[in-house]
Amino acid sequence: MSGEVIGVWIGAILTLGIFSFLYKDNPFYKFSEALFVGISAGYWFVVTFWQYFVPKFWDNLALAYSELLTKGRVDYHWIYLVGGFFGVLMLLRLVPKIGWLSRWSLAFIVGTTAGLQFTRYLESNGIKQVVGTISPLLVSGNMNATIGNIIIVVGTFCGLIYFFFSKEHKGAFGGAARVGVWFLMITFGALFGYTVMSRMSLLIGRMDYLFGIWLSLY
Amino acid sequence: MNETTNQEKKTFWEKLLSIDRRIIFLFIAVAISLPLFFKTSLDMPVSPVVQEVYNAVEKLQAGSKVLVSFDYDPSSMPELQPMAESFFRHCFRNNLKVIIMGLWPQGPLQANIALEQVFKDEDIKAKNLQYGIDYVNLGFTAGNEVVIDRMGHDFRESYPADSRGTPLSEIPLMRGVRNYDNIDLILNLSAGYPGTQEWVQYAVDVFHVKLAAGNTAVQAPSMYPYIQTGQLAGVLGGMKGGAEYEIALKRPARAVSYMFSQAIAHGVICLFIIIGNIAFFSSRKKKTS
Repeated sequence: MSGEVIGVWIGAILTLGIFSFLYKDNPFYKFSEALFVGISAGYWFVVTFWQYFVPKFWDNLALAYSELLTKGRVDYHWIYLVGGFFGVLMLLRLVPKIGWLSRWSLAFIVGTTAGLQFTRYLESNGIKQVVGTISPLLVSGNMNATIGNIIIVVGTFCGLIYFFFSKEHKGAFGGAARVGVWFLMITFGALFGYTVMSRMSLLIGRMDYLFGIWLSLY
Repeated sequence: MNETTNQEKKTFWEKLLSIDRRIIFLFIAVAISLPLFFKTSLDMPVSPVVQEVYNAVEKLQAGSKVLVSFDYDPSSMPELQPMAESFFRHCFRNNLKVIIMGLWPQGPLQANIALEQVFKDEDIKAKNLQYGIDYVNLGFTAGNEVVIDRMGHDFRESYPADSRGTPLSEIPLMRGVRNYDNIDLILNLSAGYPGTQEWVQYAVDVFHVKLAAGNTAVQAPSMYPYIQTGQLAGVLGGMKGGAEYEIALKRPARAVSYMFSQAIAHGVICLFIIIGNIAFFSSRKKKTS
């Protein structure tokens, strides 16, 4: 029996173990779940060590050290010590007395991410989307584009009205808000439909694995 | 005794409302599994957003360079792997050069699985494609969106070597590639973060690259606004997107065959929703009266 065949059998048995929860909680499911969690944790530890720690930190420090030995100075690789320092601070959470120092690392992460994301998110998901809604309501010779643009403008406007709570939703204002609710509900419906399709796709993949690859029934 | 009497008084619809959920699971399992045995493929129209992805590849001249970023892991295989295979088929059929990378650790491995599958095709096998000349796998590098940003300046800042450890300067395919200016099209296959949104934010809106995307169905609705603004050339949304791309390519494969199961399962779910609603309203009517 080749390694591949053994792998397929293990995969199939563990899949059935996880599926068995659909009937009721049982030791077979518990075992499969624990194995999955354990292997995932081990896998990610190894990935983090070899793909993040070693190439991004250790190798660069080694380079800095060799630069120091050969040139008598370090060009810029010393900067990785700053990252290492913040990493050590993060680990200090394990020491309750000085655990507060880990907040420095968190502050650095949050600050850098916010700074990096702010302009990019504002442009791509803010300004460009606003510009996208400013479309001509009538496109001559193209009925589809005309209807599409009207839907975008009305949907955006009424959707925003619904979230404006400083004025009571009455009269024309309330009517626009109700239209906004309809647009929101249709959007949520589409999102739900896509989510169902996604989950069904995963189930199809598993069933194909069981019947097609494991049992070779077709 | 009273309980037994109450049970007897229950109408058909009320009994349906208290049906054991495991029966519904069983129906769904049968609805998903049974169609897989028939190998029936559904004929479906190719939606404009999928056709745009196809057209973007068709417009490229032979020898053009395509960057494919594999930003997913095995848990999203049923949805994204068929897209990857079809896209590779399309590129190789049109003699395009493919550069593979990944912002998820398992992504480049998924690419290898897809390549293995595609290389089984007779027409592609006949092309005798060479690693490093026709395609290259740069592998995974940590850094999420920062990787995308640095590649805009120089690929070597993020990828000094490919997944096999060969320096990029020694790879014939990569010799003329410095940054996105030397890439004709990017396809991002994404299942979350980092993914299409980051590619739009850091590559499209900064370096003005042409980007198409293949997404899981959960993600797809969030990507459609990017098409309307021209930030994305097209989107393959979930398994259906993958199936449509296979049809556009005139090479129906796994996604098309899966769609029959998908359709039957959706039909069964809709049926249960209708039955559940009828049961709910009829039992409520009875209570009110």
